[in-house]
Amino acid sequence: MMHHLIVLPILLPLLSGLLMLVKRDSIVLPRRAIALTSTAALLVISAVLVIQSDSGEITYYALGDWQPPFGIVLVLDRLSALMVCLTAFLALGSVAYACAGDDRKGSNFHGLFQLQLMGINGAFLTGDMFNLFVFFEVLLIASYSLLMHGGGKDRTQAGFHYVALNLAGSAMFLIALGVLYGTTGTLNMADMSQKVAALDPDRLGLIKAGAFLLLVVFGLKAAILPLYFWLPRAYSSAPAPVAALFAIMTKVGIYAILRVYTLIFGSGAGELANFVQPWLWWFALATLALGGLGVLSARDLRNQVAYLILISVGTLLVGVSMNREAPLAALLYYMIHTTLVSGGLFLLADAIGEQRGKAGARIVPGRGVTQPALLGLFYFIGAVTVIGLPPLSGAIGKALLLNAALPSEQPWLWSLLLLSSLAGLVAMARSGSTVFWKAGRGDSDGPRLKPAMLAGLILLLGASPALSILAGPITRFTDASATQLLDHDAYAEAILSRNIAGGDS
Amino acid sequence: MEALYATVTGFLAASGLYLALRGRTFPVVVGLTLLSYAVNLFLFSTGGLTTNGAAVIREGVTDYADPLPQALVLTAIVIGFAMTAFSVILAMRVRGDQGSDQVNDQRGEEPKEEKS
Repeated sequence: MMHHLIVLPILLPLLSGLLMLVKRDSIVLPRRAIALTSTAALLVISAVLVIQSDSGEITYYALGDWQPPFGIVLVLDRLSALMVCLTAFLALGSVAYACAGDDRKGSNFHGLFQLQLMGINGAFLTGDMFNLFVFFEVLLIASYSLLMHGGGKDRTQAGFHYVALNLAGSAMFLIALGVLYGTTGTLNMADMSQKVAALDPDRLGLIKAGAFLLLVVFGLKAAILPLYFWLPRAYSSAPAPVAALFAIMTKVGIYAILRVYTLIFGSGAGELANFVQPWLWWFALATLALGGLGVLSARDLRNQVAYLILISVGTLLVGVSMNREAPLAALLYYMIHTTLVSGGLFLLADAIGEQRGKAGARIVPGRGVTQPALLGLFYFIGAVTVIGLPPLSGAIGKALLLNAALPSEQPWLWSLLLLSSLAGLVAMARSGSTVFWKAGRGDSDGPRLKPAMLAGLILLLGASPALSILAGPITRFTDASATQLLDHDAYAEAILSRNIAGGDS
Repeated sequence: MEALYATVTGFLAASGLYLALRGRTFPVVVGLTLLSYAVNLFLFSTGGLTTNGAAVIREGVTDYADPLPQALVLTAIVIGFAMTAFSVILAMRVRGDQGSDQVNDQRGEEPKEEKS
């Protein structure tokens, strides 16, 4: 029975998403109930999965009982359990916030949202390259519609750019998969890692090309430097709960990079061992620097958060490119923190924009917000966390990463990471004082935070203090995840050497 | 056969790429469609090009066609089809919302077009 738990994070959102298709344009209350129940159940399931994975055993679920390497498998290890749990937590905050009224602005918000969750969870759990592509498409097509939820000129244009870029990305993903399949003859990740290690030297160039192409695709999803141009516009024009959920989308790309380039092209890959990481290092640093400049130049709160996401992407990828246990553990902790807090900041920017009337979320002096004390407090917590000031979780994540750098890496990493944090500090301080202090009196009869919005904000921004308090157990878990991630032999063995079906016990 | 196949695929991909880089939404959509055709052909060939390969296991047959690329192509075609349909609708929506089918319409100087 416990074995079937692995497939539930995919089935549950699928079923609730389908349930919401039954009656179109029905009243919104049952949908909200289904969405909240399903997301909360997802959180519980994923928490159980995290506990299950913490035994250190890598378990898999063979769909249709076709054993690997032939069938499609879902793999549960510490990293995938962590990512699924993070997604569920973020989604619960976004769904709660959306219930305040954003879900009424277009048709079937909750159904699409659940389908997107299915895609994201699938991408985290799958152990098959082509299945990864399929789940990428599932989450993308749901995200296309969610991005344009509610309509509007800005959204359609940003949406078209996003769709066109991702279609090109999917085409490249397929080419890369074709090359990898053609050279290794398998699509199962564990099996591919074994085949790559024992590769015919003639085919080295070909598989290298495929691997780089794959990096471009994942880099597009993760918004690494030359491929990030879609991100600020798409994120800042998306409806707030959707933008909050999109905070995990860049992490899907980072997760894919992490998985593929530690497992398949990791240190066990013979001549191809870790050949991507040196490239990644420079691109990640450049992303970090550019994110800092972008944050300073943003003129809208939502745009500012989008560039803060870019900084976090740079930080995470620097960690990936260092490819040792300590930086990987640090980046996993930082990933939890940054996903939740940037999701929370998107919600907050929307709440501020709504209370300021015409000025919206633009960083200009205007009417004050209706509830300056409450929103100010949220903004303060969010800003302190995202910049990385002690005592909240951002500081812990960044300190862990800085501490993990080798002396040869320190000059670049320390200077760029600290400078981009400084840029964030300056920008957040400036926009905070403009929005809250250079403002006129708020309209005391203006719109106030609805309970659902408050719940969403507390859930996502309140996660940061909780992350600092629970830093001990969480870092223990991320340390163990990093160790497990680098142990590619154990992964391959867990998937390939057992003949007992995953589903029949 | 390989050379011809490769040329055709490459030509399709090049045409698709060229069109996808154009400035109007319609050529972009057509370009992406061509690109996905090229990708489908490419995927189809990843198992190696063979003729007269048996698809089903039978006694006395040694020459089999690789079944996996066919399954992959089928999936890719279905997904590509859905995506193309979506992007066509989206391109029309962009055209309707902005009154122009430029991909990068500059804000503040939208051309006012008469509805015909």
